[in-house]
Amino acid sequence: MSLADILIVEAAGRLADGEIDSVSLTEAVIERAVFTEAELHCYLTIDREGALRQAAASDQRRANGEARGLLDGIPLALKDNMCTRGLETTAASQILAGYVPPYDAHIVERLRAGGAVIVGKTNLDEFAMGSSTENSAYGPTRNPWDPDRVPGGSSGGSAAAVAVGSALGAFGSDTGGSIRQPASLCGVVGVKPTYGRVSRYGLIAFASSLDQIGPLARSVEDAAILLEAVWGHDGRDATSYSGAYPNLHSTLSRGVEGMRIGVVKEFTGEGFERAVESTVAANLDHLADAGADIVEVSVPTADVALSAYYLIAPAEASANLARFDGVRYGNRVPGETTEEMMAATRAAGFGPEPIRRILLGTYALSAGYYDAFYGKAQQVRARLIHEFAAAYESVDVLISPTSPTVAFELGARVDDPLAMYLSDICTLPCNLSGDPAMSVPVGLDESGLPIGLQVMAPPLGEEKMFAVGAEVERRAGFSAMPQVGAMA
Amino acid sequence: MTTWEPVIGIEVHVELKTVSKMFCGCAVGFGEEPNTSVCPVCLGLPGALPVTNGRAIEWITAVGRALDCSISPRSVFHRKNYFYADLPKNYQISQFDIPVCRDGHLEVDVDGETISVGIERAHMEEDTGKSRHVGDGGRIHGARATQLDFNRSGVPLVEIVSRPDIHSAAAARAYAQELRSVVAELGVSDARMEEGSIRFDANVSVRPAGSGTLGTKVEIKNMNSFRSLERAVDYEIDRQVRLLEDGGEVILETRHWDEEAGVTHSMRTKEGSSDYRYFTEPDLLPLVLDEAWVQEISARLPELPAARRRRYTEMGLEPGAVAVLSAAEPEIRRLFDSAVAAGSAPAATANWVTGEITAALRRQDRSVAETGLDGETVAELVDMVAAGDVSASAAKEVLSGVLDGEGMPHQVAEARDLLQMSDAAALESIVDGVLSENADAVERYRGGETKVLGFLVGAVMRSSAGKADPKLTNQLLRQRLES
Amino acid sequence: MPIEIDIGHVARLARLGLSEDDLEMYRRQLGTILEHASRVQSVATDDVEPTSHPLGLTNAFRADEVRPSLDRGEVLSQAPDHADGYFVVPPALEIE
Ligand SMILES: [Mg+2]
Ligand SMILES: [Zn+2]
Repeated sequence: MSLADILIVEAAGRLADGEIDSVSLTEAVIERAVFTEAELHCYLTIDREGALRQAAASDQRRANGEARGLLDGIPLALKDNMCTRGLETTAASQILAGYVPPYDAHIVERLRAGGAVIVGKTNLDEFAMGSSTENSAYGPTRNPWDPDRVPGGSSGGSAAAVAVGSALGAFGSDTGGSIRQPASLCGVVGVKPTYGRVSRYGLIAFASSLDQIGPLARSVEDAAILLEAVWGHDGRDATSYSGAYPNLHSTLSRGVEGMRIGVVKEFTGEGFERAVESTVAANLDHLADAGADIVEVSVPTADVALSAYYLIAPAEASANLARFDGVRYGNRVPGETTEEMMAATRAAGFGPEPIRRILLGTYALSAGYYDAFYGKAQQVRARLIHEFAAAYESVDVLISPTSPTVAFELGARVDDPLAMYLSDICTLPCNLSGDPAMSVPVGLDESGLPIGLQVMAPPLGEEKMFAVGAEVERRAGFSAMPQVGAMA
Repeated sequence: MTTWEPVIGIEVHVELKTVSKMFCGCAVGFGEEPNTSVCPVCLGLPGALPVTNGRAIEWITAVGRALDCSISPRSVFHRKNYFYADLPKNYQISQFDIPVCRDGHLEVDVDGETISVGIERAHMEEDTGKSRHVGDGGRIHGARATQLDFNRSGVPLVEIVSRPDIHSAAAARAYAQELRSVVAELGVSDARMEEGSIRFDANVSVRPAGSGTLGTKVEIKNMNSFRSLERAVDYEIDRQVRLLEDGGEVILETRHWDEEAGVTHSMRTKEGSSDYRYFTEPDLLPLVLDEAWVQEISARLPELPAARRRRYTEMGLEPGAVAVLSAAEPEIRRLFDSAVAAGSAPAATANWVTGEITAALRRQDRSVAETGLDGETVAELVDMVAAGDVSASAAKEVLSGVLDGEGMPHQVAEARDLLQMSDAAALESIVDGVLSENADAVERYRGGETKVLGFLVGAVMRSSAGKADPKLTNQLLRQRLES
Repeated sequence: MPIEIDIGHVARLARLGLSEDDLEMYRRQLGTILEHASRVQSVATDDVEPTSHPLGLTNAFRADEVRPSLDRGEVLSQAPDHADGYFVVPPALEIE
């Protein structure tokens, strides 16, 4: 088995024991990428030299007895909407082709400080707008379990890279399910922490009140290691949480004995594949066996959450993407006047999905429609927050499928935006509420495609969420890995 | 024929002189090299986030309290969306329905009478960068390109919106000047019009006198002195009246003041500027200002110009003196206050500090502090003049001696031998001497030829080398002659 | 409810210079999405006060302190056009 296939926790142990070094670990990962990229296209940029330099530096630190902790020397991937100083950052958009940020995102600073090796920048739906990674200006990423299918999105590149071993772990951003849904479709663990747990400074904004950075990994424990390495208060993000941050590790073995676990009844039925529902049901039985009390819970407004989401997210996006105007950075299409230049630059630089959402959000905010659309959506959001809070008065965590379906085929939903948007039906409510949620792989359907289970928790409830996630993982015993064509 | 009533509201943008910008740590400064005080936040780079400058919030609260505004216990920032090259994010972080300050007013003196101008709101926002239109004369039209400098981008701005309570160009100017002196007094802004650290836009409309409805308003911009503000408003009132009397109609628009030509002309406004699509800024948390904190700020406010004028008037100063003293340098006003505190007579003291003392300091180009001049000293000088110890002209000499560090006024007067001889004893001997030397004059006086008194006074003056107190001399002579 | 969309106006507000065909395509797509989105209007919300932040946090201030700015050369190196230390754009048609 290649070093590219081992867990972060194992790699960290073997690095500490001096049994392996970071350079050989990083080489194994890059070699895996070389074999898989042609077919999967997980990465937009692979920083081979940079990664090997960082790996060598890590080995040097270790030799000097100055290792910096669990992630020192571990090769990781970053979604390409996180700014990396000196390394091209495009958000998978033509308008940012060739853009080299003059600063590092907070998460990048944290990872560098921890000694992690940044292998490269992974593919995504343009500006993280999508659920399939087909909306990338640089071509889609494919699902390692079936290259004719999508990896999910928008963090599809990160999810596929982790699944296939071209990174030991990765970070993505989740605005409506963009970490959890691709994690589910690629058979890996994906976590969206409570809004504000990970600083957004340096994350190219899609919808500021919904965006949250989180890890993708091959185990719940690895996900915990990655999250603990980057979360914490940051004074450069006013929405960053300044309270206490729990120790996740200690909760992984807690189990679910005596916990009350709610099943959201709105996340079943029409549009949900049978294999998905039966697998989730089987795993609920496991949790009951483990001593949890399973109850049905209703979050009525979850049914209209999608509608509220597709008003709020585009509205914020319409302002967040206004800065891409060809004036200070990025690409410019010439024009006679500033106005013409900007209009031409934006029309040519943005792909159809960003344009669709900018128009949608601009409309929802414009005079005469604000109250009926954006204003009302915010009230629905408030109501949803109250309903979740009420639900958590009687249960510790909530459970649902992460995605109503397994990975779908490329092109299946591109011409039907609404159908695509429905992929996020189970995940986006937690973005509206700001609550933490994670996806844990629990099995494969009859055609061998991964199924994920979502664990949701109240605000700042990551401890319980990880405890349950770890128990789900132990009971499901999911260990399959995708086999990609010429994989070494 | 109808008489027209102008209705004017004024919008003021005040740049705060915090050391760092509103939402980032870039230095706030005037006129360094272009694009040297910029960072991801104020350049609107992808991924950057704003964080509110606490001092700016403290200062807008002070401005609000100084204008008698109520401070919103909870207010929020909004995004004001419009595309313009000098606005890096293509939205301005501003405030919309819940500004920090609401419903205040400012008392303004307009030639003699005091009017109260309502303050609708004062809100916090960020400044834009600067555009330079290069090409033909740097004018917008015919410009070949626009150069952008973002050093000013993100500088804290307080926007103060008045109610349409102003009815003349003179009142508009007076309001602007009063508001400027308030923010200057608070020390929160350089408030220099020519440098753009305080900017005035005027909304002008006219209506038939007595009409209850407002006419169509025109916004005028680009006035860079109080004088040009007054001229521009005057011109615009005139333009609208003429337009209406010729049966035309005023259109809602923004007009640019052309200082040289002395006219306003219509300018093409931002497309869709009517629709800013305001929505709550999701990158910032709501602003919650608690009562106690606001009280604290209010308690720390300095004495404001209007209050000071009231105090001077209550001291019994004439309106003219009040105006002159109010307009004087802060150090001169402080010198006045401490002299009065030391028992000096207000009217005379006001005269001295704004007259002789200010003039002398200007001549020597020194500050009060540099000369060490204090209230005690001024009080002593003023008293000496009042008591007749020195003549008015001698007092000026005493002052220059004091300023040259020769000591307190009395010492200087003695050292320079400027004291008037006003103690009877010393004078009596001189008087007696003069009388004995001029027996014939005495005879003539006693014979009823009283006009010789003047000759005798002159004689006393001469032999006292001019130091005799004229009044006292007269008394003594009469006593002797009529006894 | 049937949703009327002046797509040309919306595109102008958003500074998107789109072709007539594209505008028409987006108008249709927005119609479908907004029809679905208008479900929000069916939810009773009079009883809830709008929540601006998921955790209900307030007041995050920074101290009024100067932090280092960026190197101008590095900043301008990303600009489509610049001269003499300024960013350069074609002349503005509209006056701010
Ligand atoms: Mg303003
Ligand atoms: Zn800055």
